[in-house]
Amino acid sequence: MSTDSNTKYVGKAPSRVEGPLKVTGQAKYSAEFDVPDLVYGYVVSSPVAKGKIRKIHADKILALPGVLQVFSHENVPTLAWFDRSYKDDVAPGGSPFRPLQDDEIKFSQQPVALVVAETFELARYAASVLEIEYEQEKHETDVEALREKGQEPGSGKTGYKPPVRRGNADKGLSKAEHRIKQEYVHGTQHHNPMEIFGATVHYHPDGKLTVYDKTQGVFNCQQYLKKVFGLSADKARVVNLFMGGGFGAGLRPQYELYLSVLAALELKRSIRLSLTRQQMFSLGHRPHTLQTVELGTDASGALVGVKHKAVHETSRFEEYTENVVNWSGMLYQCPDVHLEYEVVPLDVFTPLDMRAPGAATGSIGLEVAMDEMAYAAGIDPLEFRRRNYADRDQNEDKPFSSKKLREVYDEGARRFGWDKRKMEPRSMREGNRLVGWGMAGGVWDASMQKAAAKATITADGKLTVSSAAGENGTGTYTVMTQIAAETLGLPMEAVTAKLGDTTLPEAPVQGGSWTAATVGSAVKSVCEALGEKLLKLAQKMDDSPLKGAKPEDVEFVNGLIRLRKEPRQSVVLRDVLQVSGEREIEADSSVMPNPLNMQKYSMHAHNAVFVEVQVDEDLGTIHVTRVVNVVAAGRIINQKTARSQVLGSVVWGISMALMEETVMDHRYGRYLNHNFAEYHVPVNADVRDIEVHFVEEEDPHVNPLGVKGIGEVGLLGVAAAITNAVYHATGKRVRSLPLTIDKLL
Amino acid sequence: MNPFTLTRAASVDAAVRDFSGHEAAAYIGGGTNLLDLMKENVAHPQHLVGLNKLPLSAIESTTGGGLRLGATASNADTAWHPEVQQRYPLLSQAILAGASPQLRNMATNAGNLMQRTRCYYFYDTATPCNKREPGSGCAAIGGYNRIHAILGTSEHCIATHPSDMCVALAALEAVVQVQGPDGERQIKFEDFHRLPEDHPERDNTLKPGELITGIELPAQGFAENFAYLKLRDRQSYAFALVSVAVGLELDGNTIKEARLALGGVAHKPWRDRAAEDLLKGQPATEATFRKVAEAVLKEAKGQGTNDFKIELAKRAIVRALTQAAAGEQQASDVFTNSNP
Repeated sequence: MSTDSNTKYVGKAPSRVEGPLKVTGQAKYSAEFDVPDLVYGYVVSSPVAKGKIRKIHADKILALPGVLQVFSHENVPTLAWFDRSYKDDVAPGGSPFRPLQDDEIKFSQQPVALVVAETFELARYAASVLEIEYEQEKHETDVEALREKGQEPGSGKTGYKPPVRRGNADKGLSKAEHRIKQEYVHGTQHHNPMEIFGATVHYHPDGKLTVYDKTQGVFNCQQYLKKVFGLSADKARVVNLFMGGGFGAGLRPQYELYLSVLAALELKRSIRLSLTRQQMFSLGHRPHTLQTVELGTDASGALVGVKHKAVHETSRFEEYTENVVNWSGMLYQCPDVHLEYEVVPLDVFTPLDMRAPGAATGSIGLEVAMDEMAYAAGIDPLEFRRRNYADRDQNEDKPFSSKKLREVYDEGARRFGWDKRKMEPRSMREGNRLVGWGMAGGVWDASMQKAAAKATITADGKLTVSSAAGENGTGTYTVMTQIAAETLGLPMEAVTAKLGDTTLPEAPVQGGSWTAATVGSAVKSVCEALGEKLLKLAQKMDDSPLKGAKPEDVEFVNGLIRLRKEPRQSVVLRDVLQVSGEREIEADSSVMPNPLNMQKYSMHAHNAVFVEVQVDEDLGTIHVTRVVNVVAAGRIINQKTARSQVLGSVVWGISMALMEETVMDHRYGRYLNHNFAEYHVPVNADVRDIEVHFVEEEDPHVNPLGVKGIGEVGLLGVAAAITNAVYHATGKRVRSLPLTIDKLL
Repeated sequence: MNPFTLTRAASVDAAVRDFSGHEAAAYIGGGTNLLDLMKENVAHPQHLVGLNKLPLSAIESTTGGGLRLGATASNADTAWHPEVQQRYPLLSQAILAGASPQLRNMATNAGNLMQRTRCYYFYDTATPCNKREPGSGCAAIGGYNRIHAILGTSEHCIATHPSDMCVALAALEAVVQVQGPDGERQIKFEDFHRLPEDHPERDNTLKPGELITGIELPAQGFAENFAYLKLRDRQSYAFALVSVAVGLELDGNTIKEARLALGGVAHKPWRDRAAEDLLKGQPATEATFRKVAEAVLKEAKGQGTNDFKIELAKRAIVRALTQAAAGEQQASDVFTNSNP
């Protein structure tokens, strides 16, 4: 057999293993599991933003044949008492929202009742005619008007880092040769995954529940059910096999989980509950954020002061935080940095992490400001970034575990043709359109969490690996399959990956771009553990050429276990299994991040985005004709799914820059454009050429696989690069996103 | 959504009878707008008369040299029909600028005329709306009205008609053929939709029970010099912020005949005959076009967030007239698809 190994999958570009299931409709999503004798729920949402429910007139609809119950604060049993019972893994500080537990209205579209009926149509109709009397109170929802009420938040949310201050930014800026200070704003955005939040709860005859829920963390939901409803782990199994997009919306248990489980327990029936698209706008959101950035350089173009302040809203009951400003102390070299971050409690629902939370926002402020600074100093924007390159993480005062951002700049500039750019705005044209070239970039955490995995191989050589992480549609099944197949030298077809089920080994919520690093490392570890068991069995075989070999002396390749130094000395893995007489062999393992490495190194992924826009100046129309996004995120396990992640990020960035905004009418404290006709995201015709390239980094410190995660970093800088390109095209600097026609006229 | 009954009519007579025999009846073709409104609890018909079995899907030439578009022909079949493409490319392009391919496959021609005006507040039952509940007030006035009307508004309503197809039909001087309990009649296109005035709940001048049976296009199709320019927040599946339909007949560089209609600016497709008169006999120059654009928008009134539409409409008129005069086949913005 050739030493060229065809079971080497890591770094290649296999298609997603669940693709056929998805395109043939066999992949089941939470609200479509077949369960016998289902009843249906429909949520009634508050039309007012603040006040009290005076009375719910349920009698009329309870009289309709087939309506089973109207759940509201008037009849819901008292559940867990303490706030901590409602806190999930991703909860910020404060008191989590408890649906239907009291008469108080805290935000518009708050769920105020759940109608349950024998059919969906009946539940929906009954919900539409349910009469509720409200006592309306004065609400406050406008962060722009109330920014002065901002306060520096506490550290209630895991992962939150207080704003960095070092040196003396004012002093630094006072000596600056060139200075800029500007404000940048973007509106609220909702995650709006294509799949609507929904749950199917199977109420078993013994009172146990199987809960199919749309979530990015089945254990997070199971814990929540345990603490809120007192359901022990064996009483409530939570399953999520596939997701039609999450983007952070499924990080926290959403109210369809609470309401469907509540109804199932009270009625002792299986239930299906799906939100509407309009109700998707009642869930968490990326907050409307105001940013002020002040930069200064000396005559050589070196930054001598960085100030960045961000203010956004949170709810009255929870203190949502995200890391908006700290990237500004990290991405560029500067000794004098002053960052500020405040939140304003308002009568809205709590914001929620949305793809690259904080960084996606902060990179707009910082990277548009960097462009403005480059122009003020008369330096090419890319050259300006090179001059202020940070070789060390100054926030943490640590070296990076790896950082190839210089190579990213070089590669991006080369692929884009940046050297042909004319600095002067309005200097490039194509036909009657102005052409603009802009660039920007970003930095994102390379995280890893604790996770467990299990591997089972059967006598026929089929391997199953499992870990209860989620599959957002990012390619986790595929990456697990690649790693498992390569570690044990099996073809990918012989490997089945299992995810998203609380009966599987525990894994964290799927977020933070950590799943490949976390679950991938767990899979690698468990397959190595299984490999050791297989080696021992192989050594028991008569005349085994592997006798005396240590695990590190052998490799699993192409269905063989062979000596690394003498590849011809091998045994066939399937023979080992058959001779052993075992029906199946199992291994368990768990991994966690290396605390020493974490202490020693700053671990981050970086990117740079180069954009071309064409602008019809008379009509104010902008077309993003070309994007080159170069990413350095350690080792890329799957070139295809990683590329797809970055392609999706670019589309999202176009959306952030040009289209996406949930608009609120503050007179009603209510989002207005709560449907896909008016909440705009790009269509195919808006998306032109996108080139994605990875500068791979060898990083032995970040995690055993050397991966940094790719789900979020690709979004950074896209919106800023588009904004910068529009400036280059038109000479007009727009600092309020989305950059719609009216802002360019 | 309330419970309702549904019948499928086999003939126009039967449809009209069925409608008259029920309380709160509504006709339904493709349902691409009505079903949305029912799901959002904006419309509550008790009975639906299904029209898709009616023999009204033909697209055929008329004795007068025009073309008759069947009421139940789909928007897609109409846009791609060879006669429409060759003789009325303005109409074809306007239809293709609207909605999405999926919606155009479902939506009928009559249904396109019957779609309700577009407004965030009309679609949200938690807010007041005179169109939804007469007398409850207009939340769009003084609210967020970026997509709202700048022409022909009233103190009761500032919603806009969302159709692209209808803007072209207005420019082409189409005639709407209807049949109702009192027999058949014809309605000039510019009289079909109405301004909100004191009755924003009425989008058109149909009498109760009247059914659209066809749309007749006159012979003059402006196939040489036309433009449909649509400006919107994304390249497809977005309503027009402003759209302009132009048809010109030129003698050298002199405009002999002109048609000009705007979408996205009023409660109805906004045809401006006075502006057309200003074009006639004039040279096809930018100066002429600018004068006309100013004239069309002279009475325009912004509502705050939609103020930009006034300037945008002027520029769009100039651009569309320029493109039409130049005989450019592609009137839309940069990346218009020209094939299905």
